[in-house]
Amino acid sequence: MNASAHTARSTSALLYLSGVTVSFDGFRALNNLSLLVEPGEMRAIIGPNGAGKTTMMDVITGKTRPDEGEVVFDGQADLTKLDEAEIATLGIGRKFQKPTVFESHTVRDNLLLALAGPRSWYRLLAATPTKAENDRLDEILTVIRMGAQQHMLAARLSHGQKQWLEIGMLLAQDPKLLLVDEPVAGMTDVETETTAAVLREINKSHSVVVVEHDMSFVRALGVKVTVLHEGSMLAEGSLDQVSADPRVVEVYLGR
Amino acid sequence: MLILRLLAGLLPVLVSLLLAGVAMAADLGSLVTNLTTGGFGDREAAINALAASGEARAAPILEALSAGRLYVRSADNLVVIGKQDGDKLALVDAVTGKPVGSAGEDELNRIRINNRLRGVIDDAVGTLTLMSPNPDMRRSAANSLFKQRSASALAAVEHAMAAEKDPAIKRAFGEAWASIVLASSDASREQKLKAIPILRDRGDADAFGMLRDAEASSDPEIKAAATSAATSLQQTLAVWEAAQNVWYGISLGSVLLLAAIGLAITFGTMGVINMAHGEMVMLGAYATYVVQQVILAYSPGLLDASVVIALPLAFLVSGAVGVLIERTIIRFLYGRPLDTLLATWGLSLALQQAVRSIFGPTNREVRSPSWMSGSFHVGQIDVTYGRLWIVLFALMVFATLILILRKTPLGLYMRAVTQNRPMASAMGIRTPRVDALTFGLGSGIAGLAGVALSQIDNVSPNLGQGYIIDSFMVVVFGGVGNLFGTLVGATTLGIVNKFLEPYAGAVLGKILVLVFIILFIQRRPRGLFALKGRAVE
Amino acid sequence: MIQRFLWRGLDTRLRLFIGLVLLVGIVPPLLNLLLPPSSPLYVPAYVLQLVGKYLCYASLALAVDLVWGYCGILSLGHAAFFALGGYCMGMYLMRQIGSRGVYGNPILPDFMVFLNYKELPWFWHGFNHFWFAAPMIVIVPSVLALALGWFAFRSRVTGVYLSIITQAMTFALMLAFFRNDMGLGGNNGMTDFKDILGFPVQADGTRATLYFASALVLALFLVIAGAVVGSRFGKALMAVRDAESRMRFLGYRVEGYKLFVFVLSAAMAGIAGALYVPQVGIINPSEFSPGNSIEAVLWVAVGGRGTLIGPVIGAFLVNFAKTYLTGALPEIWLFALGALFVAVTLFLPRGIVGLWGQYKARQERTKRTATA
Repeated sequence: MNASAHTARSTSALLYLSGVTVSFDGFRALNNLSLLVEPGEMRAIIGPNGAGKTTMMDVITGKTRPDEGEVVFDGQADLTKLDEAEIATLGIGRKFQKPTVFESHTVRDNLLLALAGPRSWYRLLAATPTKAENDRLDEILTVIRMGAQQHMLAARLSHGQKQWLEIGMLLAQDPKLLLVDEPVAGMTDVETETTAAVLREINKSHSVVVVEHDMSFVRALGVKVTVLHEGSMLAEGSLDQVSADPRVVEVYLGR
Repeated sequence: MLILRLLAGLLPVLVSLLLAGVAMAADLGSLVTNLTTGGFGDREAAINALAASGEARAAPILEALSAGRLYVRSADNLVVIGKQDGDKLALVDAVTGKPVGSAGEDELNRIRINNRLRGVIDDAVGTLTLMSPNPDMRRSAANSLFKQRSASALAAVEHAMAAEKDPAIKRAFGEAWASIVLASSDASREQKLKAIPILRDRGDADAFGMLRDAEASSDPEIKAAATSAATSLQQTLAVWEAAQNVWYGISLGSVLLLAAIGLAITFGTMGVINMAHGEMVMLGAYATYVVQQVILAYSPGLLDASVVIALPLAFLVSGAVGVLIERTIIRFLYGRPLDTLLATWGLSLALQQAVRSIFGPTNREVRSPSWMSGSFHVGQIDVTYGRLWIVLFALMVFATLILILRKTPLGLYMRAVTQNRPMASAMGIRTPRVDALTFGLGSGIAGLAGVALSQIDNVSPNLGQGYIIDSFMVVVFGGVGNLFGTLVGATTLGIVNKFLEPYAGAVLGKILVLVFIILFIQRRPRGLFALKGRAVE
Repeated sequence: MIQRFLWRGLDTRLRLFIGLVLLVGIVPPLLNLLLPPSSPLYVPAYVLQLVGKYLCYASLALAVDLVWGYCGILSLGHAAFFALGGYCMGMYLMRQIGSRGVYGNPILPDFMVFLNYKELPWFWHGFNHFWFAAPMIVIVPSVLALALGWFAFRSRVTGVYLSIITQAMTFALMLAFFRNDMGLGGNNGMTDFKDILGFPVQADGTRATLYFASALVLALFLVIAGAVVGSRFGKALMAVRDAESRMRFLGYRVEGYKLFVFVLSAAMAGIAGALYVPQVGIINPSEFSPGNSIEAVLWVAVGGRGTLIGPVIGAFLVNFAKTYLTGALPEIWLFALGALFVAVTLFLPRGIVGLWGQYKARQERTKRTATA
């Protein structure tokens, strides 16, 4: 909202993490983590369980406050001082590991709630969807191929459909940066490929950070990869480069 | 038996007293002889004279006289104390206390007294206990004189003080002396000025009152001394009062801890809001009542043990009800905490009504065992045994619980299920069983709390209601899922409550505490000792 | 504009239901006033009083449902808002007694004379005017809800924690109102009311009017709640209930939504309480007891949370059962109430209205499979 007030540092990067540390009761979930995402970039984050991937997402979206370090978005906003709603308004959208859609609403209402637009309670009391908003909803429904289900309650959707709806909600939000947490968990191979295609499509107009376990999916994305281990960055580069890194091999294959 | 042992213990004291007494024996002899002559009026004078002598032998002689065991031997006019020994009486020389053979009733003349004289003797013996060989009696005599402040006893007190060997009792005599002197109009200014610091050093509320009275003195020097002593004493008293409040707070805290600790388990480790928790406490209290009724009916001798016998039974009753509730209701509501709250509230209503139907709506009396009644002092702090036992009991329950959680397989399973239910299940832990046992444990501990509360609160169907909100406050304040937090939370709230009470009154104090916690939860929604991390969500 | 906002939320079923409520509000008072007592259709005064009470309870239930059913905030303190509204009305009614009290003091109510008050406490000033008391009925509960909600929602106190806090709040208020030096009648509360707006409280005409007002207010509340719930705001509200943190990540300031609906609900409860007091003729601190709040939650659960009709139906059914059972079988009532709590949460989580919905859905499905 008033993010420009928090001028922390100017940088050309869209997202800039420096020296971020988070401890839970003595356990360091993130340990002096630094990361740089350029505008328009798509970045894949991989790492074994407990590497700190989800905690990193929590820090970026304001759910968890870091003990140390800075998180700068769009060259100026200090994310460590903002809450979830403010960060979302700045243009960071998040898709959760487990699909969370509003089950008692229809598919269309889900998208309507996500649609970029008024957010304050007093404006929504009187607001009716405008023509432009309705058109945009139709457009997104077409992209995610759910036009036929638009009046169905989200609770009745299948797991895959919920994932699609959530991606649709991200599109509706129209953020500058999308954080996507394990989008293909539980998907079939065909669905996985389609998801990769959709993400590449979205990447044409948005920056994306993807956290994923599935190597074939990461390969299908074909983007720069960051490997996290024990809360710090272990390696960075193309998938082939990091796969050749002996430290990465050790972390993944065990000691 | 008891008397023999007492005598054996006191023998050295007696011997020394006797040795000191020989020099005055002649004098004592004439005092004793006076008892045997003249009418009742003369006898009264003789009794008082004997008592005023401060002689060690005076007490046994007067007691014998009162009991009708003081005789004059017809043969030699010796005054003796007789004691039944077979069909004869074993005789002791009244003056020396030495055995002088035995005789039948017909060889003796009893020295007779009437009821009025008996009263005179009792009073006389009262001052005489200042010289009693029994230190407890001397102490209590000193204390009662301190409060009576009768000027007539002053000489006796001075005498006793000079003879006293035990420093603590000597001091008590000194304080009695000071108290009498300060109240007496005959005492000199020097005596009063000497008395004031003694009272200040005694340092209790009684002494404070006496000093305040002395401030009214017309003598400016006494007035000034009393004022300065009273001021310094006031500070001492404030410290003691604070200490007393801390003790009351700890005592209240222990009750809160007992009530809350079971809740800390069900709410803290299972996330289950059990609104019927207070009723588990209530069931424990009623179990105690039933145990006591059975004991009274069949074996009244065990009455002192009834509370101890009730402990395991109360644990089992409440625990069993808890397991039953978990198996039939709560397990269908996991993941729906608000529904659990409503369902258990309904249960609490039904349980209250059930107890009301069975035992009636009125309070039931649970008697305290003798070892829980009475009190003692630590400095100026008044400690009742009942409260002390409850504090100790709460700490024992707490320690046991910590041990169970840390050292037993059940504790391990409980922690595993708390941290990661699916994983625990995958490892072969039977999670439903652990849930039932955990809930049973929490409820059983509530039952134990009920046993303790039956000693200090009314045993009625509404017993539990009064504790449920307080218990939640304690758990939430201390931090959910942290037993040490519950301990600190209970103690803190107990002490804060007791410190607020004198200023705000009991009700307003309670309201202030509630408001404080409401504000506190706003600042630290997860309590004093919060668990951090993703697992909490 | 406002008219459009209000009517948009009302579907046909709700409009019918509001019509029914108004009918219940108009017919019985007319039957009471116009027919002679000998007529078989005559409605005696005690029935009016009883149903009038139920109507106020229904309004309270609707208020609870708005926060619980639609926003997921389980308030265990709504009886406090209800009672505060009631106390404001009670203070007005006490001042109307004037010198007709037992002690005949024209300014001080009887209990103050009895407790040796020399003058009126500051917060009693103004309550002799209805124009002052009426807004207070809304303002006092709203301000309390605003203060509590502002603190609680900002620090993200949710779920059972919030429930316990609201319960502690009503408990603390109960203790406070029991005190004589609160200047609000202590234990005994306020009673022996004489006039309201110049009309005798006990008169048939006044009773009938109060009854009608209760029905009218309930109807109005249904319209307002329907409008709020049916708006885009209402959609966001339900989304907050279902996935609060998801809404935050979508950029919604969840606190504002919760706070608005919490305050609105408290105001509704206050008005319901204010209408309740002159009809039952007494207000005392036991109205604050935590049990009352939870009972109101039960009405909602029985009727069907998250529906507008459900709370009204639930309030009527449960209270009818209560009136009947506490009279006929007083021993049974608490067992029945307890069992109802358990049964509803275990077997009927969507309440009676939800059951009806399920039944309709199943019927439709069988019909569709039959035609296919």
